[in-house]
Amino acid sequence: MSTAKDVTDATFQSEVLDSDKTIMVDFWAEWCGPCRAVSPILDAIAAEHSEKLSIVKLNVDDNPETAMKYGITSIPAMKVYRGGEVVKTVIGAKPKPALEADLAEFLA
Amino acid sequence: MRQVIIVGSGPAGYTAAIYAARANLAPLVIASSVEFGGELMKTTEVENFPGFPDGIMGPDLMVKMQEQAERFGAEIVYDDVVKLELDGDVKRVTLGNGDVHESLTLIYATGSAYRKLGLDDETRLSGYGVSWCATCDGAFFKQKKVAVIGGGDSALEEATFLTRFADKVYLVHRRDKLRASAALQDRAFADPKIEFLWNEEVAHVYGDEKVTGIGLLDTNTGEEKTLDVTGMFVAIGADPRTHLVHGQLELSPEGTITVEGRSSRTSLPGVFAAGDVIDPTYKQAATAAGSGVVAALDAEKYLAELSPEVIAKAVPVAV
Repeated sequence: MSTAKDVTDATFQSEVLDSDKTIMVDFWAEWCGPCRAVSPILDAIAAEHSEKLSIVKLNVDDNPETAMKYGITSIPAMKVYRGGEVVKTVIGAKPKPALEADLAEFLA
Repeated sequence: MRQVIIVGSGPAGYTAAIYAARANLAPLVIASSVEFGGELMKTTEVENFPGFPDGIMGPDLMVKMQEQAERFGAEIVYDDVVKLELDGDVKRVTLGNGDVHESLTLIYATGSAYRKLGLDDETRLSGYGVSWCATCDGAFFKQKKVAVIGGGDSALEEATFLTRFADKVYLVHRRDKLRASAALQDRAFADPKIEFLWNEEVAHVYGDEKVTGIGLLDTNTGEEKTLDVTGMFVAIGADPRTHLVHGQLELSPEGTITVEGRSSRTSLPGVFAAGDVIDPTYKQAATAAGSGVVAALDAEKYLAELSPEVIAKAVPVAV
């Protein structure tokens, strides 16, 4: 089971867009195999860099409004939000070193 | 020191693991960090694997194979191989986390990776309408028009799957007939949502931030036309994943690893290969599983015939 907190259509504004922290949202679904594969890797990155980057999850089936607003057409999709804006998008499950390289600017 | 390390965790890798484990060789399976279970993890219903008359979900089948291998003592590591050193009596495997494992034999069963069309915009729009996995991304195309590119089994499976969501699925194929099996063809031809576009090649993918259409080229007349779709699913086959063994193992003209006759023996002693990575022709879950059996038995025989001097180098792993 993932340790990441769930955000929803109802809480996205307050917990992600209005946050004063850098937050990465993992857009996922139950039926998505690669999402399940990448989930423990995201947990590990979150645990190692908790002071720099918070990682939360959004289930695209339960929260279609937010998924549609951000034009999600492929999951897992990981979007980094800062000051209410998307500042980075990573698409697809990748090994930990590759994800860390993609996210380097937010983990340093 | 191990007796057997298996790289890959599809039907070939796990079946090799089952056989090697049952021969008390305590194999170590390097399963990959995000692609464990292989291609079948991205499929839905598997209807042609023997023993499942009602079909079985691809991911469920792979979990069962994994459990069967573990039951007999296979150990599974969820990491990626970054380096292989295959010459010499002892094979060295370096993982993404820096761990190095050594073994007297290595079974290489890494399968194949989806082929791309080779268009610049295909890569740029990957994840923004361009996809290689209908089961992963199909649900985002509800009431949309999409195109599937290809003419084999996977193209027709993807097209049929996408009709659950999309209003219209174009099947774009560069020839005038399909390679796919008759059962899949019959199903697709009968589906009112699927329209076949024959003798058409994809020349362009259009869209700034996401796909808005694709440009098709008629292979007979050279005429170009635009197809208004918001999704393009590429299913034009796969290439054997051999980058880790380039320069070490002999490859065939098709790019697969060369093996001796019907065996799994590669150009290096103690290194065996199985599954799609040696198979340019059949590429089925059941043939890959059979190929995994061959590799495990070949490895077992090789170990049994090793000289005492070589075996002395190997310290048995405590069980």
